[in-house]
Amino acid sequence: MLAVMILLLVPPILMILWRFFQGPDAANRILALDTLSILVIALLALLSLWFQRSIYLDVALIFAVVGFAGVILFSRFLEKGV
Amino acid sequence: METLGYILMSGGLFFFWVSGLGLIRMPDVFTRMHAGAKATSLGSLLTLLGVACLAPAWAPKLLIIAIFILLTNPLSSSVLARAAYRSGAQMVPLACDACAERQAALAAETDSKEVAA
Amino acid sequence: MQRISVNQMQWGAVLFVVWLGLTNSFHYQEILAGIVITTVIVWLTIPAETTTRQWSVLGLLAYFPIFLKALVLANVDVAMRVLNPKLPINPGIVRVPTQLTTPYQRLILANSITLTPGTITLEMEPEAVYIHWLAVEDATPEQAGEIIKGEMERGIMRI
Repeated sequence: MLAVMILLLVPPILMILWRFFQGPDAANRILALDTLSILVIALLALLSLWFQRSIYLDVALIFAVVGFAGVILFSRFLEKGV
Repeated sequence: METLGYILMSGGLFFFWVSGLGLIRMPDVFTRMHAGAKATSLGSLLTLLGVACLAPAWAPKLLIIAIFILLTNPLSSSVLARAAYRSGAQMVPLACDACAERQAALAAETDSKEVAA
Repeated sequence: MQRISVNQMQWGAVLFVVWLGLTNSFHYQEILAGIVITTVIVWLTIPAETTTRQWSVLGLLAYFPIFLKALVLANVDVAMRVLNPKLPINPGIVRVPTQLTTPYQRLILANSITLTPGTITLEMEPEAVYIHWLAVEDATPEQAGEIIKGEMERGIMRI
């Protein structure tokens, strides 16, 4: 059951990656990165349940805390250069 | 309890699929952002809730992760939306654009100041 | 010996909950260490008296159900729009006036508007917010504000 859940997470990741490679301009690619970073948090939580290791939750926690900084950095760059 | 956890996780998966489809179907950056970044946040909240139902011992840490998602996700989306608008990303025709009116008013104001100076 | 203010108590409670989540254990030694560390951090960094309006943890907790309800309803709405074959969207940017003046209230309002799908905060002014709206129902500022944030703003006022 859990394996089915994890496997069903693959198509959304592929759709997001399609937008990432297809995206007409930089803003679309940054948006795909933003979406993917939130999805990966949920994926890490599911994986920690699958492997029964709570240490993966720490990875998800750190990703939730600092993952948005990259998106903000790229957005500032898009807005007015470094 | 396990059934409830799997139901919640299925809800999360549904929103992930919706956000993936929205990223492909929507016409421009802002509408994609509505479907993509926002639906994903509820999706991951539901998934974390489902994991908390399946493993109650991890519930406090999952709660902290959920709170940090709620705090940081809107920040990055908002900054990205503003950057996309200011850098002039292509948009579909808008029903109304109050922001353009504001920028036009600001430009007119600076012009009149320069003329006065 | 100065009196402990409400401000410090509230920040202490928030920090202690974060500590419980990070350690993820209810052993008495962990809880004791958490109390000590929380006290030290609050004593060192949080001023006893604030010049601005005092925020309240109870208001925040009371606001949470309102926000979750709006979040789920808006998510289902956007999901229906995405799955609809005709893609019924009508995007636009509206200007919405707001009466909130305290910085943290404005932060919570902007974050809530952005987190509910269908609306994204684009720009903030001292008296208004510019919102990108996926399906514009009413372009006049007051009506749009009531639809988008009427309930949420009344909840935020109590924080």
